[in-house]
Amino acid sequence: MTRPEMADETLFLLLHNEMVSGLYRAAEHGEGENGRCITKLENMGFRVGQGLIERFTKDTARFKDELDIMKFICKDFWTTVFKKQIDNLRTNHQGIYVLQDNKFRLLTQMSTGKQYLEYAPKYLAFTCGLVRGGLSNLGIKSIVTAEVSAMPACKFQVMIQKM
Amino acid sequence: MAVCIAVIAKENYPLYIRSIPTENELKFHYTVHTSLDVVDEKISAMGKALVDQRELYLGLLYPTEDYKVYGYVTNSKVKFVMVVDSSNTALRDNEIRSMFRKLHNSYTDVMCNPFYNPGDCIHSRAFDNMVTSMMMQVC
Repeated sequence: MTRPEMADETLFLLLHNEMVSGLYRAAEHGEGENGRCITKLENMGFRVGQGLIERFTKDTARFKDELDIMKFICKDFWTTVFKKQIDNLRTNHQGIYVLQDNKFRLLTQMSTGKQYLEYAPKYLAFTCGLVRGGLSNLGIKSIVTAEVSAMPACKFQVMIQKM
Repeated sequence: MAVCIAVIAKENYPLYIRSIPTENELKFHYTVHTSLDVVDEKISAMGKALVDQRELYLGLLYPTEDYKVYGYVTNSKVKFVMVVDSSNTALRDNEIRSMFRKLHNSYTDVMCNPFYNPGDCIHSRAFDNMVTSMMMQVC
């Protein structure tokens, strides 16, 4: 039972890395400015997040409130995608949530510490979109950003837009 | 046997609506539209009354003299409405539940289809076939 799980985790990791480098290579060959790559990655994550959340919430009970939804993202959603939970969830109860992952699966292969820190944002854009897409399908408009101070720990900040 | 099946987006416009027989289509559109109010009522009542708020299946929304209308809301606020012939008394609650589950499964597949943009009308043939199979169970 563990063998198939290992395979798909590595598959996603490698595919994700290729996706990032592929997009940047295409940008270098003149298909638009460099700044758009992060947006493209985020939009990809958005669409994937929408589909994923539909599949994951198919059998779960209805969510009570926003906090319930954020907890679902931190526990079940993160576990299914990255095989671990979010380590820390903080909120100011006014629509800002900070999700802290101390060992983010997509960054562990890169470094532990400050090496390659400047490249980290590229590899977080897809996941930001993933969270934003998932939340959007659950009825929450948000802006998701990520920051890394020391690899492989990173923080995702979710700002809920009140409509 | 369902007479009309509709999938309504969270902004309350229909993503998919199909009924047989096709002559009285407008009447079914109207029925589904009015049932949306009942759905909204049930969802908001759940938050306060603490009655079975964890279930996605809403049950019988309201009966008319010819039809019964059932509802189901997913976590992504997409509503499924099913209109069933009243004369078909053999249809039990858990059969309706399983029909909704099949609908939900097919809808999830549509969602994950890369050729489908969320918010568009559903054109998937697989979805059509599944709905056809539900509508023609007893013929």
